[in-house]
Amino acid sequence: MIETYFNQFRDFVAQPWPWYVAGPLLALVMFVLLYFGHEFGISENFRLMCAADGADNMNEFFKIDWRSGEWNLLVALGAVFGGYLASHYFLGPQGDVAHISDATVNSLNAINIGVKANEVPLIPEFISWKGLLTWQGLLMIGGGGLMVGFGARYAGGCTSGHAISGLSALQLPSLVAVIGFFMGGLLITYLVIPYLF
Amino acid sequence: MRMSRYIFVGILLGFILYKSEAVSWFRIYEMFRFQSFHMFGIIGSAIVSGIIIVYLIKRKHMKNVEGKEITIKDKAKTYPRYLIGGFIFGMGWALAGACPAPMFILLGAGNTVFIVYLIAAMTGTFIYGKLRKRLPH
Repeated sequence: MIETYFNQFRDFVAQPWPWYVAGPLLALVMFVLLYFGHEFGISENFRLMCAADGADNMNEFFKIDWRSGEWNLLVALGAVFGGYLASHYFLGPQGDVAHISDATVNSLNAINIGVKANEVPLIPEFISWKGLLTWQGLLMIGGGGLMVGFGARYAGGCTSGHAISGLSALQLPSLVAVIGFFMGGLLITYLVIPYLF
Repeated sequence: MRMSRYIFVGILLGFILYKSEAVSWFRIYEMFRFQSFHMFGIIGSAIVSGIIIVYLIKRKHMKNVEGKEITIKDKAKTYPRYLIGGFIFGMGWALAGACPAPMFILLGAGNTVFIVYLIAAMTGTFIYGKLRKRLPH
């Protein structure tokens, strides 16, 4: 009996979540953190991890008590658990599939990324340890990570801190940051990615 | 035990972004090509819900768990840092197909190569810390 209910719950959660479920739930995450006395911002964890690894003795930017950010590190740790649980126990009937549009499948095929409609994996094969051994993979994973880390701290936040928290609080600086995110993303998508494959 | 609540918030965040496919490189590519409403719907509905939540918090003078009124700090109004930093962040986002939260989620999902992304992001943060005084803000 309980098992049936559990299976029904699992099947319900395992469906792909539409945008109108995901978006308001992200706002709920922001609200819960505000209620607990904190502001939603995942990229701050990179700074906390630097400080915890000893950078606090090398540079004043990292002279922060990383323990005061323990709550945020725990959110990041929870996200790791969440990713594990969602991918191991709550996969949809089609498995790890990204339900991207036919237009995107065509665009990808046009730049030599071979994917078939309805069979697009969540993570492409070039984002892997094997992909990392090519200069393109190194640029995407290592270079991408470097720019994300540098840019997020320079801009004072990432997608969670600016696009969600900042815009929710009608912060003009966050709008400027989000415009910057899109300008950078469009440049790479149109002028760089087509030449990597 | 009081801290464990943050782990649950993180687990919820992981489910939201994994099950909505926002962790997918392909979804980010699709967003920057404007070929689907999906990602714009996620971010847009999060912002609309968030605006309503923040409005209600301010109007009702809602208190947090410690009994203090919830306040949201205003971001400093100097624009170069947001535009330049945001631009660099956006480039990295499009290349790796993942922003910071999806990186943690994908690590948990078994995409261990994101360890490299994590170390690179920490390095980027460290470089920013070193150069901070010489950069326009």
